[in-house]
Amino acid sequence: MADVNWTALTIFVVLFAFITWLGFAAAKWRAGDLDLLHEWGLGGRRFGTLVTWFLIGGDVYTAYTFIAVPALAFGAGAIAFFAVPYAILIYPILFLVFPRLWHVCHKHHYITAGDFVRGRYGNRWLALAVSVTGIVATMPYIALQLVGLQVVIGAMGVSGPGYANDLPLLIAFVVLAAFTYSSGLRAPASIAIVKDVLIYFTAFVAVVAIPIQMGGFDKIFAAVPPAKVLLAVPGPTTTGSYGVYATLVLGSALALFLYPHSITGILSASSGRAVRRNGALLPSYTFMLGLLALMGFFAIATGVGTDPRFAAGFKQYGNSFAVPALFLHSFPDWFVGIAFAAVGIGALVPAAIMSIAAANLYTRNIHREFINPSPTDKEEAQIAKWVSLIVKFGALLFIIFVPTSYAIQFQLLGGIWIIQTVPSVMLGVYTRWFNDWALLVGWAVGTATGTAMAASVNFAAAYPLAFGGMTFPGYTAFYTVILNLVIAIVLTPVFNAMGGKQNDATVPADYRA
Amino acid sequence: MNGQGEKRTCWNWWYLLLVVQFLFLLCVPSYNRLEPSFIGLPFFYWYQLGWVIVSGVLTAIVYS
Repeated sequence: MADVNWTALTIFVVLFAFITWLGFAAAKWRAGDLDLLHEWGLGGRRFGTLVTWFLIGGDVYTAYTFIAVPALAFGAGAIAFFAVPYAILIYPILFLVFPRLWHVCHKHHYITAGDFVRGRYGNRWLALAVSVTGIVATMPYIALQLVGLQVVIGAMGVSGPGYANDLPLLIAFVVLAAFTYSSGLRAPASIAIVKDVLIYFTAFVAVVAIPIQMGGFDKIFAAVPPAKVLLAVPGPTTTGSYGVYATLVLGSALALFLYPHSITGILSASSGRAVRRNGALLPSYTFMLGLLALMGFFAIATGVGTDPRFAAGFKQYGNSFAVPALFLHSFPDWFVGIAFAAVGIGALVPAAIMSIAAANLYTRNIHREFINPSPTDKEEAQIAKWVSLIVKFGALLFIIFVPTSYAIQFQLLGGIWIIQTVPSVMLGVYTRWFNDWALLVGWAVGTATGTAMAASVNFAAAYPLAFGGMTFPGYTAFYTVILNLVIAIVLTPVFNAMGGKQNDATVPADYRA
Repeated sequence: MNGQGEKRTCWNWWYLLLVVQFLFLLCVPSYNRLEPSFIGLPFFYWYQLGWVIVSGVLTAIVYS
């Protein structure tokens, strides 16, 4: 990769310069007092249906998704398509649960899931558990966004000796940190619009042009090894790949909107109605995700994996190089520039939202709760701004100094951890039946068991649960959240019988329009 | 309060429309096959892509 692709690089840099300007200019968009946390960290809760659509779209469909899902299809085949039913089923969940969360948070000025749990259960330790889970689960996710950025920069032939190799990444991150600090959530909201236009353009051109080049979808699938086209049919004593597929879909779908960056996106909407409408509008992104997943198969069919031109790239980035290699193989340089800029900008949007979300959690549910209970509004916003910087540079250091495989393992663990907040947050929106201490014990057992199970299978997503002579391989997060829920249900009457006052700052009317 | 009560019963029925998607998409063996294919895409792929559109429409129906 000694040759720099100047045409692609120029377009990439120009588009990056444009979104940098946009990120700073965003501070004046629907201007508010950025010294208030809900203005900086939630865009003043002023985003209508359309901006919310872009913002949540930027949250869910990240650069990592664009690189990793096709990479999984390229390497493992049909299992990668689980991303599609997953990204379908998140929306009924969004539609049913999250408008209620929006209403109660709006009413009580909650900014985070931790705020909600604190109010709903009056238990600062449960709120702390939810908040720490959120922060810890988000960190590796931010780091993985950088992997997407790293791959496309490398694919344009930009490299240098030693740590100078990471200089472009460092520059991109300084830019990101600066506009997030100054504009808050308004920056990723405005950049998300540019990102989506670029991504849609890229995905549709690619999905039309490449099959035409290759002579149709049938030719492409004929070139894919049959074992990769469909899921392996399970044997008689196991649910095999079917169980893995279904639990991955359901577990990932339950977890998604509990991530702090998703909740930040939802709470920044101007109404519960805007959230609900997006339940119907956001699936259009899922369709694009499906098209992108197919590109893993395009990459197999074009034979980029054995092309000597791309050998160095695959050696360095593994299967993550499949999509960049496919674009370099199939398209003129100017289009490669646009496509790579789409992926790169697709990394900055969620990274910004994630760092803001983590900062909101720290500020509200750790700093304010345990360190300084009565900051001024300005102090509170200032702490959040600093924390967003620390979080981002932590992720940057992680990606430069720690092997990428660790970030992927941590992200897998993050999914297992965040799903443990389903009973407290998602069910908490509907019912106050659970005892807060029972929820806390359930959370702790679920988290510990999930972590141990993942470690025991060397951080593969699926755990082979054996029961009555059958094996049920499935997504660890899904199994452990069931354990968590069972414990919370069993212990609730026990803890209730032991007495103690049940607090709830909310009333049923708070959850409706 | 009366209006609220009415709204709730009618919502419950519509929610079923959302549950349908879970049943179809979690029943993996029902769609893990090649035929019938559509414009060269194996059934497994176009079926799930088709559900993206159906699900958007179902949610839109429930919304309105």
